[in-house]
Amino acid sequence: MSLRATRTRTAVASAGVLGLTLALAACGGGSDSDDTSANAPKTDCSQFSQYGDLKGKTVTVFTGIVTPEDKAYTDSYKPFEECTGVTIKYEGDKSFETQVLVRAKAGNAPDIAIVPQPGLLAQLVATGNAKEAPAEVAANVDKFWGKDWKAYGTVDGKFYAAPSGASIKSLVWYSPKEFKDNGYQVPKTLDELYALSDKIAASGKKPWCAGISSGEATGWPVTDWMEDMMLRLNGPETYDKWVKHEIPFNSPESAAALDEAGKILKNDKYVNGGLGDVKSIATTTFQDAGLPILDGTCSLHRQASFYAANWPKNTKVAEDGDVFAFYLPGKDTSSKPLLGGGEFNLAFADRPEVKAFQTYLSTDTWANIKVSVSQGWVSANKGLDASKLTSPVDKLAAQLLQDQNAVFRFDGSDMMPGAVGSNAFWKQSTSWITGQSTKQTVDNIEAAWPK
Amino acid sequence: MSTAEKFLEMFIAIGIFVAVVGVILFFAGRIGGRRGDRWVAFLYLAPAILMLAVGLIYPAARTIYQSFFDAAGTAFIGLDNYQTIFTSRDQLTVLRNTVLWVVVTPFVATAVGLLYAILVDKARLESFAKALIFLPMAISFVGASIIWKFVYEFRPDQVGVKQIGLLNQILVWLGGKPQQWLVESPWNTLFLILVMIWIQAGFAMTVLSAAIKAIPDDVVEAARLDGVTPFGMFRFVTLPSIRPAVVVVLTTIGIGTLKVFDIVRTMTGGQFDTSVVANEFYSQSFRSDNQGLGAALAVLLFVLVIPIVVYNVRQLRASEAR
Repeated sequence: MSLRATRTRTAVASAGVLGLTLALAACGGGSDSDDTSANAPKTDCSQFSQYGDLKGKTVTVFTGIVTPEDKAYTDSYKPFEECTGVTIKYEGDKSFETQVLVRAKAGNAPDIAIVPQPGLLAQLVATGNAKEAPAEVAANVDKFWGKDWKAYGTVDGKFYAAPSGASIKSLVWYSPKEFKDNGYQVPKTLDELYALSDKIAASGKKPWCAGISSGEATGWPVTDWMEDMMLRLNGPETYDKWVKHEIPFNSPESAAALDEAGKILKNDKYVNGGLGDVKSIATTTFQDAGLPILDGTCSLHRQASFYAANWPKNTKVAEDGDVFAFYLPGKDTSSKPLLGGGEFNLAFADRPEVKAFQTYLSTDTWANIKVSVSQGWVSANKGLDASKLTSPVDKLAAQLLQDQNAVFRFDGSDMMPGAVGSNAFWKQSTSWITGQSTKQTVDNIEAAWPK
Repeated sequence: MSTAEKFLEMFIAIGIFVAVVGVILFFAGRIGGRRGDRWVAFLYLAPAILMLAVGLIYPAARTIYQSFFDAAGTAFIGLDNYQTIFTSRDQLTVLRNTVLWVVVTPFVATAVGLLYAILVDKARLESFAKALIFLPMAISFVGASIIWKFVYEFRPDQVGVKQIGLLNQILVWLGGKPQQWLVESPWNTLFLILVMIWIQAGFAMTVLSAAIKAIPDDVVEAARLDGVTPFGMFRFVTLPSIRPAVVVVLTTIGIGTLKVFDIVRTMTGGQFDTSVVANEFYSQSFRSDNQGLGAALAVLLFVLVIPIVVYNVRQLRASEAR
């Protein structure tokens, strides 16, 4: 073949490449455009003087929080950017959980990662690239958060990450109107809850509705049920041991907790309002499971605060509205265990601007700015001004999080090893719903625990 | 990384690609002499071989190597992963389901396709009838799974609650009670297999119909003159004539079935004892954090596919030799 032919081919290839480039450029335009007209709150820059002048510096943030929730984050960074001159680059990716590990291992980590699970946080710290939190952040966390929260950001005795947002799982959704019409009272103890369920069941209605179908993650709502019962029956200390596998998964405490959840979930008289029999729990998606409350075919549905976003558009979610939630009560009125989740800000760099931004995120200033620009977001930050919250569910969640008597515990399945927390626990819980005995279920999960 | 940096990287990559092709073409153009053609051929093959080695052979070897290690991929544990596959109750269920899939799907799909091809052959509206059964082929596995999920959808037998699943609505019309089709094992696996058959029957029908049309008319005529019955025609004329095509269809569907993943993952997520090897491999590797067991399952899949591929290739060679 002659060189001449080669050259022609190259030219053709380059032309093709040019076309491709143009197409790519057209696609890439949108992502970097900065919407400056956003409703960023008016800022008093005096609160930011401690961070100094950071003009020309950049901090990158990597997270799994994507549209539409990302906007409230970027908006909440704006006052900081305006007053210090720093640029915050926010990057959201749905496959954050796997990507951030790859990037941390490859030495291409972001400056700050918003990590949604303590287990993942420990894995990221284990890569050796994460940085300990600066003293200012630690001081803020001591001031604004409870010890339990600080512990979740701590790995091997070293404090790494300050908490960010929080969500509450110990909630039962109900219809305030139905309660009022029938004179039902919001229960204050587990026994009252069962008494109420019996009362509703006696009226010929199945009181509870539940659904655990969620694709490959089918079964996860049962894990939340069991964790809630574990906390209520055995207390937070035993719960911690259970999560860390210091007591086996098939211990009597653990089996009792699952049985307690079974008192509702596997009780033919209680479930599955508007959806079928006990087995229908397995095939109903968790998104659909609470909707029968609106039809009046179900009265109670235990699901996290995020379920607020799941009601149809014109549903009024409030204490005097169509649906609302009450706290899943403890065994007695004195104990108030709270199951939930949250995010943590982990840094992979210790440049001054990263430290300053990290510190800003751990203040009450940021929490209050964030709350004022977002919907459905709360924090366990004690400096959070609950009166700024607009949605009643957020208010309830903030109230519970700031309650002095409440003992917060992180979703346990998120902290167990993957073989259990995102496989065996889900799978065996599903089998449990479709008929497997409690003993067989806890035995199988114990057997799946990595040795 | 900024957009500008990304573009810079892209241009560098393209530059390298152009340079490599240029170098190959340059050297290929210089080669002459007695064995020249061979060298040119080898030069052209070199990039493909290199990429196959990096993209296929190395990962395969690496996977086999990993299958002898524990969950974290650090400690050598010999054949323990394979022992788990053949002893643990969960994994045995996975194997049972895979066997069910591989035995049922290819034969039923081929039989349906063959029967249909014979029935509509030379009938009126043949192409329309063929299009009908071929249409599902155009739907992706995930799309088909979502469609069938709705067909199997369950709503309780209660006042004021309407069925939204086709199958249960038909059952209710006939006076029956709605069923949860995807919960009871092992029947649920058969309901999943039905989806695969629905997709693959069209493929079988198309290939076999073309094969039937290729049977020489004189053979068919001769059989008719001998007074053959319709069944005899099928058994002694049609089937032997299209045997190579049947084998290709059977083995192709067989290999596709061994790898089935999308349908199981979309419809049940492997729950209710419906998992198959490919789905379990994914769950173990990416959800369960068990690299070793995941790799062992991948190797098992590889080993299971080999005999079918070998048989397929042999049949192809045999039919070409004829």
